[in-house]
Amino acid sequence: MTTASRVAPTPSAVPALPAVDWLLAGSLLAVVGVVVRALLYTPADAALGDVQRIFYVHVPSAILGMYVACTVMAICGGLYLWLKDQRLDRIAEASAEVGFVFLTVVLVTGSIWGKSSWGTYWAWEPRLTSALFLWFVVLSYLVLRDALENPETKARLSAVLGVLALLLVPFIHMTVYLFRGLHPEPIVLKPSKPSLSPEMLSTFLLAIVAFSLLFFALIRVRYQWAAARDARLALEQA
Amino acid sequence: MSTGYRSPSFLRDSWRIARKDLRIEFRTRSGFLSASVFALLSVAIFRFSWDPTAVRSLDLAPGVLWVIFTFSGLLGLNRSFGVEHADRAMDALLASPVSREAIFAGKALGNLVFVLGVQALALPTVALFFGLPLGPGWLAVVAVAVLAAIGLVAVGTLFSAIASNTRLAEMLLPMLALPFFVPVLIPAAQATAAMLAERPLADAVPWLKILGAFDIVFVAACTVAFPFTLEE
Repeated sequence: MTTASRVAPTPSAVPALPAVDWLLAGSLLAVVGVVVRALLYTPADAALGDVQRIFYVHVPSAILGMYVACTVMAICGGLYLWLKDQRLDRIAEASAEVGFVFLTVVLVTGSIWGKSSWGTYWAWEPRLTSALFLWFVVLSYLVLRDALENPETKARLSAVLGVLALLLVPFIHMTVYLFRGLHPEPIVLKPSKPSLSPEMLSTFLLAIVAFSLLFFALIRVRYQWAAARDARLALEQA
Repeated sequence: MSTGYRSPSFLRDSWRIARKDLRIEFRTRSGFLSASVFALLSVAIFRFSWDPTAVRSLDLAPGVLWVIFTFSGLLGLNRSFGVEHADRAMDALLASPVSREAIFAGKALGNLVFVLGVQALALPTVALFFGLPLGPGWLAVVAVAVLAAIGLVAVGTLFSAIASNTRLAEMLLPMLALPFFVPVLIPAAQATAAMLAERPLADAVPWLKILGAFDIVFVAACTVAFPFTLEE
């Protein structure tokens, strides 16, 4: 099989990981900067008060965790089934793990906001329910990976699950939306003008940039770690 | 290899595999018996876990029905590929001149008969013990049950194949499958509720559309994905 030669990694030295990952350090600084700006230099929302500031963490995490991470996980899974390139599996693995962290942040920040604005930590509302089930899907993806030992089987089976997960998301969305919701409507990407003040909008856009940087820096670190692990495994088996 | 061979008699091949599974099931009766006993026990347990003066039977029954269908179905699905791993029967199945897709269709067909059998037992039991009014709505409930069973079985059969590769098989299947059952369970329970309450059919139509779309998308996707779950 032509795939077998591509799957088996050639034993080589384990790539050394840098002592300080500058992209990660920079993105963390950017996130801290955005948080400071959101807390000190951005006006509070007139109706919601200070708790609205959680939105600068919540929404970027939601965009990256729900949409970007799951799409990357599924596309890399699909491409892996086609090309059998281990690097694609490592990207899928990394984005699932990082996406899981971001999804957890979404659920936690959303609950805190909900307690203040709705008076309850959890409501069975469409968007919350969607996010919760997505969190479960990514969790089961990670548990499946953990339950498999052979790297090739692990990559192949989790790729199947990743692709199916992408097909599932619209169905979960449709299902939970048939229930009526109380989540605020999107206010930045709505067809008419965004209803945020200019300072709020710029803080929000900076937050998106900072969290995206953090997201990709984490995926990069996780990818390098997986590459080192695979290389070590190949050396041990050689 | 996985897609190279196309049997000219796809349906006949899958029926043969389904018949083999059903014959094993019929002779041992272990899976169906345990799933049925589980379903009947659940009806009794659910009935006592709610205060009958607080929740009307009619509001409770659809949820109970679908929780029972899901979990008793999972009991059967677990066996679907487990039975092939004993004595390495899977190797013989893969070596036979049957396309991988036909193996999936056969396995799914066998599981569908299993799930429909459990449903045929659980539906009248729930109706009896919950004192549900018998009316024309029941015909529609049966249609919903079949529609939902197709989706559950397609996804469940694929995940049974995936889970049987792992150390955790029985533990892992519910974890993988349940999030995928959400767009089947919620619409099925909602449509059942609408029909049992004899609300107009229009109330149930959006749910039926989701069920139908799920069946089409996931039967196709799981059939295509199945060959990738097998070792080359």
